[in-house]
Amino acid sequence: MFGVVGAVALATAIAMVTSRSAIYSALFLVLNLCSIAVFFLILGGPFIAVVQVSVYAGAIMVLFLFVIMLLGAEHTPGEQHLPWQPAVAVLLALVLLGMTGYTLWRTVPGWSTVAAAPAELPGSPEAIGKLLFSSYLFPFEVTSVLLLVALVGAVVMTRDTK
Amino acid sequence: MNADVFPQVLPLYLGLSAALFSLGVIGVLVRRNAIIIFMSVELMLNSANLAFVAFARYWQQLDGQIIVFFVMVVAAAEVAVGLAVIVAIFKTKKSINVDDISLMKG
Repeated sequence: MFGVVGAVALATAIAMVTSRSAIYSALFLVLNLCSIAVFFLILGGPFIAVVQVSVYAGAIMVLFLFVIMLLGAEHTPGEQHLPWQPAVAVLLALVLLGMTGYTLWRTVPGWSTVAAAPAELPGSPEAIGKLLFSSYLFPFEVTSVLLLVALVGAVVMTRDTK
Repeated sequence: MNADVFPQVLPLYLGLSAALFSLGVIGVLVRRNAIIIFMSVELMLNSANLAFVAFARYWQQLDGQIIVFFVMVVAAAEVAVGLAVIVAIFKTKKSINVDDISLMKG
């Protein structure tokens, strides 16, 4: 199960980065988000998985597709001002991957000795809601203000000043 | 998958998360289309979310999933503002190639 979904996630991520058309990129990203939602289900977070599909793969990606269609920017510009830049970028990303992998490999024995609690993780909407409105009440209110500010900012920036 | 075997599977999730994050970094650095750069940032946010949920499963704490919820809210705000910026730039420059918008003024 992990192998299949993980392969789908990796393949769609690679296809998203390398695809020529912005619309194909967006659709591959939707597939990638859905596969990560499957991981959330496997990891015991049904509420987070549903929010991932509805908010991320639904609302946010529709916004992306809307802007792509609005600007008519399906065809990505091809010319590079710095011809050596992609090779350096890929090299640096591989260095980053190597570093994270090395850190992972070094710290794995420490984890397997720390036994996790055997209880089931109830990631149900009820449990999430209880935690969200008790311990995380203040961050929750702050995010509401953040969303309001983002909304006003988006309206102000795209408004015609004339 | 029960809780007893999960500590052995956790490195797989973290490795996948690292791989997705690196792919997002490649997307940000290589692509010139501003919208695709934004989508790569979303990919990186999601790889971090995957690591959060995996650790939440490992420690049997719901806090990781709450953090993922907040990350999603911040991502939504970021996308709204970012796409507004892209639309505003496209109105004046008629281009969303990030090489064309390297000037602060003009």
